[in-house]
Amino acid sequence: MTRYVLDPSNETKPADRPLQSRPATLDGQVIALLDIGKARGDVFLDHLDARLTALGVATKRYKKPTFTKPAPVDLRHEIATNCTMVIEALAD
Amino acid sequence: MTDRRPALPDGLVVVVKRDCATCVMVAPLLREFDCVVYTQDDPAFPESVDAVHDADLSVSWHHEIETVPTLIRVVDGVEQERTVGWVADDWRRIIGIDTLGVQLPPFRPGCGSLSVDPNLIDGLRARFEGGTLHARRIELAEADDDIELMFNRGFSDGLPVVPPTAERVLRMLQGTDRDPQDIVAIVPPDLVPVTVEKVAINAVLAGCLPEYLPWVIAGVEAVCTTEFNIHGVLCTTMPVGPVLVCNGPGTAAIGMNGAANVFGQGNRANLTIGRAVQLVIRNVGGGRPGVGGIDRATHGNPGKLSFCFAERTADSPFAPLSVSRGFDATQDAITVFAGEGPRCVVDQRVRTPEELANLFAAALFATHSPKLHGGLGVMVVVGPEHGRVLAAAGWDRDRFHQELIARLNKPGSEVAAGAGGIADGIPAEYASLPAVPKFRPESMLIVHAGGDAGLFSAIIGGWASGALGSSPVTVAVHTTQQSEVC
Repeated sequence: MTRYVLDPSNETKPADRPLQSRPATLDGQVIALLDIGKARGDVFLDHLDARLTALGVATKRYKKPTFTKPAPVDLRHEIATNCTMVIEALAD
Repeated sequence: MTDRRPALPDGLVVVVKRDCATCVMVAPLLREFDCVVYTQDDPAFPESVDAVHDADLSVSWHHEIETVPTLIRVVDGVEQERTVGWVADDWRRIIGIDTLGVQLPPFRPGCGSLSVDPNLIDGLRARFEGGTLHARRIELAEADDDIELMFNRGFSDGLPVVPPTAERVLRMLQGTDRDPQDIVAIVPPDLVPVTVEKVAINAVLAGCLPEYLPWVIAGVEAVCTTEFNIHGVLCTTMPVGPVLVCNGPGTAAIGMNGAANVFGQGNRANLTIGRAVQLVIRNVGGGRPGVGGIDRATHGNPGKLSFCFAERTADSPFAPLSVSRGFDATQDAITVFAGEGPRCVVDQRVRTPEELANLFAAALFATHSPKLHGGLGVMVVVGPEHGRVLAAAGWDRDRFHQELIARLNKPGSEVAAGAGGIADGIPAEYASLPAVPKFRPESMLIVHAGGDAGLFSAIIGGWASGALGSSPVTVAVHTTQQSEVC
């Protein structure tokens, strides 16, 4: 007699999602610098901003309302619309 | 396997079994009128007529035979009336023979139907109602160790789980009137709709009894609210998880513990309700620690397996927590709070409520860091012997809360970054403030729990409180209507 159990999971386990391939060059990129609100994340992004700007790369600064929650959908949409890459100051 | 409800023939139908003295008593009567007899156990019984053997009990199950003998009158395939056991007047009226069984006593109760036999009912439910379950079935090979398979599939929180067979899940679903396909909540972080059935499967994993299921459902509903923010509670590096405080008469009915060793081991309801909620978050929501998981706690705490308890309300100086949050005392309710592990607060000499408030305030300053003020929540758990000090002085929850909040301020100069040789603290520009509160009033919960002996209480440190983090949420526990949320 066949034995079975019922699946307690969401049954939507996706296939592995491969990472996006890394860009070969920064030329022409618009980089979003996202501050999630953790301590000194802004300091880290300030340094990156200066280095990238010196290289002639366009940057845009963004900040999440709170680090405790996922970025609001509007913010994600704005970044996706206006930028080609994201660098996130994640955690502390 | 039989999924369809077998039709009853028109006319009179009688269901009997040999292992029933009342059935044996009425058996000779069955040849006195036209009827179809179904026999549950012995196909040769009763000898007085040719009976149909309800070998798989499908007739008995689908027509909800709970007692034998049962006499049913059927017209055009529809049951018109029935009587159970031997009630002479009912049998004579239904059959239309005034003298039927005049030699018998006027009344004799019947026996339990085999279709409701406790040893058979789970298997029958799975056979006849298993098709109503929607969850994907995972086949077990003959050589599979069920427990190990559950580990290997990633369904466990690190402890063995109960394999969710259809029999167990269907039995669990008896704990609620809700449709198994009702959506309970959208579960973060993957934002997956979770059905009552899926909650029941995880309640089986956790080791719950069916009567716990409404509490698990309410707990899932509560933690999945925007206000509670389980996504943030999961992925924070801080050691918090859902702390579930249960109120209402149902806590005693299911044997929950709010007394001795209230946060400890040994009580099935306390330990499995909280565990089931966490397993739903893990298995349905996808919220897991470890490689690839979003639970990024630096340390976590053992309560992330289950941290669930009943408030001790019978001799509490306070109204139940749920009442303070807008519910009636007769309503079962569950409050969720994002908390770390409990720490003990000791004063074995305290005799006045002011001394107790001073003690708590001094201890509360140290939660997380004596330099962190303003943003974190806390739960104060007053033990019964400390609670008696408050009760004797007539301090209720509001009074104690006010007294604590009033004591929990420090000058900005003491809690500014760098003050006291400690780097952390509020920004230096606020150092001139005369008083900086440790907690916002709404971020402090006070409950009463613990054993009879010991002048001890407990503090459960919280997390980022309010709209920026997590707010406590209270949800009504019931089985027939959507929960009310405060």
